[in-house]
Amino acid sequence: MSEPSKPIGVRSVLIVGVGGQGILLASRLLASAAIGAGFDVKISEVHGMAQRGGSVVTHVRLGTKVHSPLVEMGTADFVVAFEKLEALRWLPYARPGATVIVNDLEIPPLPVILGAERYPTDIIRRLAAGGRRVVLVDAQGMARSAGNARCANTAIMGMLARRLDLGITEERWQVAVGDVAPPGTAEVNWKAFCLGYTCESYK
Amino acid sequence: MQHEEQCVDRAAGTGDIRKALMSGNQAIARGAYEAGVRVACAYPGTPSTEILEHIRAFEGIYVEWSPNEKVALEVALGAAIAGVRALAAMKHVGLNVAADPLFTAAYTGVNAGLVIVSADDPGMHSSQNEQDNRHYARFAKIPMLEPSDSQEAKDFVGLALDISERFDTPVMLRTTTRISHSSGIVVLGAPQAPRRLPYKKNPPKYVMVPGNARLRHIEVEARLKALAEFAEGFAYNTIEWNSTRVGIIASGVSYQYAREVLEKNASYLRLAMTNPIPEGVIRGFAAKVDRLYVIEELDPFLEEQLRAMGLNVVGKRLLPVTGELTPEAIRRAMIEEGVLAGAVAGAQVALVPPNENANAGAGNHEAGDAIALPARPPVMCPGCPHRGAFYVLRKLKVVATGDIGCYTLGVAPPLSALDTTICMGASIGNAIGFAAAAAMDQRPQTCAVETAAKAAEAEAEAEAGAGAGALATSAAAVPRKPVAVIGDSTFVHSGITGLIDAVYNQVSIVVLILDNGTTAMTGHQNHPATGVTLRGTATHRLSLEDLVRACGVEYVAVVDPYDLVATERALRQAAAVPGPAVVIARRSCVLLPGARPADRYIILEDRCTACKLCLSLGCPAIEVRDGRPVIIRGSCAGCGVCAQICRCDAIAQHKAGEYHE
Repeated sequence: MSEPSKPIGVRSVLIVGVGGQGILLASRLLASAAIGAGFDVKISEVHGMAQRGGSVVTHVRLGTKVHSPLVEMGTADFVVAFEKLEALRWLPYARPGATVIVNDLEIPPLPVILGAERYPTDIIRRLAAGGRRVVLVDAQGMARSAGNARCANTAIMGMLARRLDLGITEERWQVAVGDVAPPGTAEVNWKAFCLGYTCESYK
Repeated sequence: MQHEEQCVDRAAGTGDIRKALMSGNQAIARGAYEAGVRVACAYPGTPSTEILEHIRAFEGIYVEWSPNEKVALEVALGAAIAGVRALAAMKHVGLNVAADPLFTAAYTGVNAGLVIVSADDPGMHSSQNEQDNRHYARFAKIPMLEPSDSQEAKDFVGLALDISERFDTPVMLRTTTRISHSSGIVVLGAPQAPRRLPYKKNPPKYVMVPGNARLRHIEVEARLKALAEFAEGFAYNTIEWNSTRVGIIASGVSYQYAREVLEKNASYLRLAMTNPIPEGVIRGFAAKVDRLYVIEELDPFLEEQLRAMGLNVVGKRLLPVTGELTPEAIRRAMIEEGVLAGAVAGAQVALVPPNENANAGAGNHEAGDAIALPARPPVMCPGCPHRGAFYVLRKLKVVATGDIGCYTLGVAPPLSALDTTICMGASIGNAIGFAAAAAMDQRPQTCAVETAAKAAEAEAEAEAGAGAGALATSAAAVPRKPVAVIGDSTFVHSGITGLIDAVYNQVSIVVLILDNGTTAMTGHQNHPATGVTLRGTATHRLSLEDLVRACGVEYVAVVDPYDLVATERALRQAAAVPGPAVVIARRSCVLLPGARPADRYIILEDRCTACKLCLSLGCPAIEVRDGRPVIIRGSCAGCGVCAQICRCDAIAQHKAGEYHE
């Protein structure tokens, strides 16, 4: 990965999507692995009204010493989007040259369903502007291949893991998946994670 | 429980957890446990809810969901006077409800420690206002601690209780959303042994009749002076010396943002205790720096006090009073001041964060590419029992005063069914006010015109055939009583007194209780009308229909909001009877286990005329593909409300088993 934007070595990851997509679990997976590897970690989430199908964002920051739980706009090293429109919505948080991992999934918001607004058609182009690297992924497909469509979130996190470049070992990731996966789903989640880890962007 | 304790580090051999990743709320719960809290009370409210849900996990602590925050604080105060450490937790607006006991608790003081957690919500992620509750500590003249991360959130509970006992005062622990719902690494401590301080009957201290209260007020002022002296030596107010060119005074999460953005370009005085403030420490710090800034979220709470001290300090000239403080806002301010190098990043547009509730599409711009994105507002879930009730309300074109809960989402298009939302329980008082205003209307001519216009409007609608044939009724029967829309938990919290007012003064309103059997918005907490306690044990279930009858309401109907015909009939009957009437729309929240009906619905393409009437429900399970409405497989919850309003019989039920998701 390219040079970190800050000398103190804090990595900022924004995980975004739609309420109910498993974003909180994804952020805890990343935090758990990073803590296991000896990093300081802060996560910021929002509960309540935003979870009713609204736009949801989780900030994850890791490094030797982390102060702010919030990612500053224009400084995120990674934007991990579980839905395409949300990738675009939260793009102002990405730094120049950031990597945007985006699930190839469109969930039309209510104004689009009602015909009041249109779902943007040029999302990938806009994501890639300004030297950003876009990784497009079919997380649902990977999750189904792994054996459970609900593991799309761990599959995406597998894709992030390989690009994170923090030297977190496979064992730590596996322990972290086991830590955060709902009871009885550690194995299928780990399978989805590994599929994500080895997957290339398909566009 | 939302977050199970995530182990980070276990002691070798024993397996005891020494460090864990914890949210601020979880850390407060842990802090209460370690500090020997024995009684903990709350009413759920974002961002404070998880505190009690986590305390519940510990044995040996009496925990309760109280009917409201006032009761929660009164219970906690009673326990503290009785001699055990106690905690009451609430969101910022909850402290408004608890303000009455708060101010007098400051007079009585405590016996064992009492900590009041106020979790504020700057930016209003899930709130009706963003009041700055730091003012409450100053107003009530009690000490306040503000943690800046999860570790401090845990540690400050014990500190607050120690201060509470030492100075015989309730102590406020003030968090914000970014403390309560941010997680960080917490080093755990050992729990204190349980203890109970002796209780001695002491009416001059605890019975606040005027003669006693006058003397206690003198004590309060003396205590405040003693606390100010204590604050000067309080070890958790810390100074980090770097460059003395710039000095920053901050507390809570604002300190973390400032430290992150300014790094070693400034010196920092971080206040852990923000009431009373340590004037001597502040003066000493101010004297050693060239320029002094206060970085704080919302109101100029510290800044005004510093100015009153005569200090030349800059704060809100640079930073917003409204909304959440952000690292980027601090960076912009510090660049403008020349403290940090760099250009103020491009457009102002780029510095408007996307609104998470995304109600304001205008905020959603890409930097340098100012094309608005479709907003993604939160919506009622597919199968939400509130949807049918709101559809009927909208159809009846009544004034509908709203309340606080998931059903506040009924204000959004296409249902657009609400006229007001103020605070917990306000729907009923507001409806009484609307009815009273109408009754005082002394302009019969205007009334007649209005009535005629409304009748014509309703007739036109009936002709247009809105709604299924079964729902069509004559325009003359359209009810004009204002309807107060309130949830079951909110009704118990503070709707009952409003209803008693309507009965007492015989005001013609309809109270529509949307009884989904839970406190849904905050994550499905129990309450007195669910018959289950915070610990999950069965208890007496408050019967809402018995309660409203006991209040003196004569017309009480219980309907299933999935049944539009029955719901409309009940609302019309309720509107027709004189005086107040109550309709209870009862159906479990669709997110509760076992609440989803087994059947699903599909749109039959050969019958659908693409009239899109079904879209007027605002159900996220129905979307338009190629100009035609389609029910999304896997999203439909099977409520069947869309099938009832379809004029073409084009929405059909698929029995369980025939439908593969």
